[in-house]
Amino acid sequence: MEMLDSPLNESDVRRLRLGDIVYINGPIVTGRDEVHIRALERAGAGEDVPGCLYGATLFHCGPIMRRVDGRWTVVAAGPTTSARMNRLEPEFIRTFRPRAIIGKGGMSSETCASMRENGCVYLAAVGGAAVTYAESMAKVDGVEWEDLGMAEAIWRIDAQRFGPLVVAIDAEGNSLYDRVNDSLRR
Amino acid sequence: MIALPESVEDIVVRLLRLANTKLPMDIGWALEAGAGWETEEIAYSQLGAIMDNAKKAEFLGKPMCQDTGVPVFYVSGRFDSSVAKDISAAVRRATEEIPLRPNLVDPITRENTGDNTGLGSPFIHFMPTEDDFLQISVLPKGAGSENMTRLAMLNPADGVDGIMDFVTDAVLDAGGRPCPPSVVGVGIGGTSDVCVAMAKEALLLPLDHRNPDGQLRKMEEDLFVRLNSSGLGPMGLGGSTTVLGVNIRKAGCHTASLPVAVNIGCWATRRASVRIYGDGSYDISQGVF
Repeated sequence: MEMLDSPLNESDVRRLRLGDIVYINGPIVTGRDEVHIRALERAGAGEDVPGCLYGATLFHCGPIMRRVDGRWTVVAAGPTTSARMNRLEPEFIRTFRPRAIIGKGGMSSETCASMRENGCVYLAAVGGAAVTYAESMAKVDGVEWEDLGMAEAIWRIDAQRFGPLVVAIDAEGNSLYDRVNDSLRR
Repeated sequence: MIALPESVEDIVVRLLRLANTKLPMDIGWALEAGAGWETEEIAYSQLGAIMDNAKKAEFLGKPMCQDTGVPVFYVSGRFDSSVAKDISAAVRRATEEIPLRPNLVDPITRENTGDNTGLGSPFIHFMPTEDDFLQISVLPKGAGSENMTRLAMLNPADGVDGIMDFVTDAVLDAGGRPCPPSVVGVGIGGTSDVCVAMAKEALLLPLDHRNPDGQLRKMEEDLFVRLNSSGLGPMGLGGSTTVLGVNIRKAGCHTASLPVAVNIGCWATRRASVRIYGDGSYDISQGVF
């Protein structure tokens, strides 16, 4: 088990090995289907994109949030299925250079290739463990693109001991999912 | 039995809260049994985190997963048309009170209705029966598992082997996406629409439910062993706990057809049922009554 400090730099992620179990301290941002679509559209048109997306620790997650006394709190926040972002993720990684993407279920070989080229790892969170992850997301720094709705907005979180996370695609583009799939017995 | 002056709407809010915050006991047992078989650290860590999360959710009264799904309802027994309105009102209230994540959007514009109702939902299956109670079951269905649904119109000559291969491929091709260890619902026969509906309704059956049809029971057991021998494991990261159970339902079909449908439930296959009697009293269960 290893603690990582976000924002991560390239050398941090290049030394992680498949199967390592890690926890994260520091800023993470949520982003899923609609964030990928809008961010790439706006960046392509030369328009402004929230700065928090650059070099981010990106969490594929659509949380349940609640506003208590004017402040946002995370009620439940597990990972969503990353494969839905496969079409846009290679370009998203080239454009915004996230150092780590947290999700579940793994990503395509094109995405793995982009991770290798740009120095990014994929960290598998436990699907459905939404209360556990919410506990380590106590501080909500803000929200961007709230008009996308609760599940699709960008939530900026200051995480503490966020995990467990398994290094499932390393910065060389090797995938634990591919290894498991290659040895499946049907 | 509890006797309180609660409306059907109140009771359905209670049902949604129970389903979302408390894992059915049979699922908890199956997860613990799975953990006992795992020898790899990663697989064991995934199951440990899942069980830990379920306990926290129950204790804190929070939804165990942020994807509180689209609630699918099954209404049987004696009822009148007002029950649809009551369920709709309950979903709106539960979304605010529990809270549930507003998941329901227009399929084309992707605009969110904000309260999990509208655009033809909540989705309710009605089955009037001669019982002297109103029974309402809810299955909050998350998208990760729902997106892995498959229907095949097999040829009758494909037979049992064809069915077994189709179900196996549906589960293994889904990989880690539906949040395994999964509950596998299978429908065999009917017409295409009936077949898919049976596959989903099979997820309402507790894992310790004994299929009364011996041949189907054998197929369930064979699929359970075959899928858990595959190596896919929790979250698709490898291991021996790929499925928690397999439930098969069948109906008659056209002599030229062999429809087979697979509807996968994630480890958090959430369900709760209530029977409301004429005097306003009711029983709630997450298994069988």
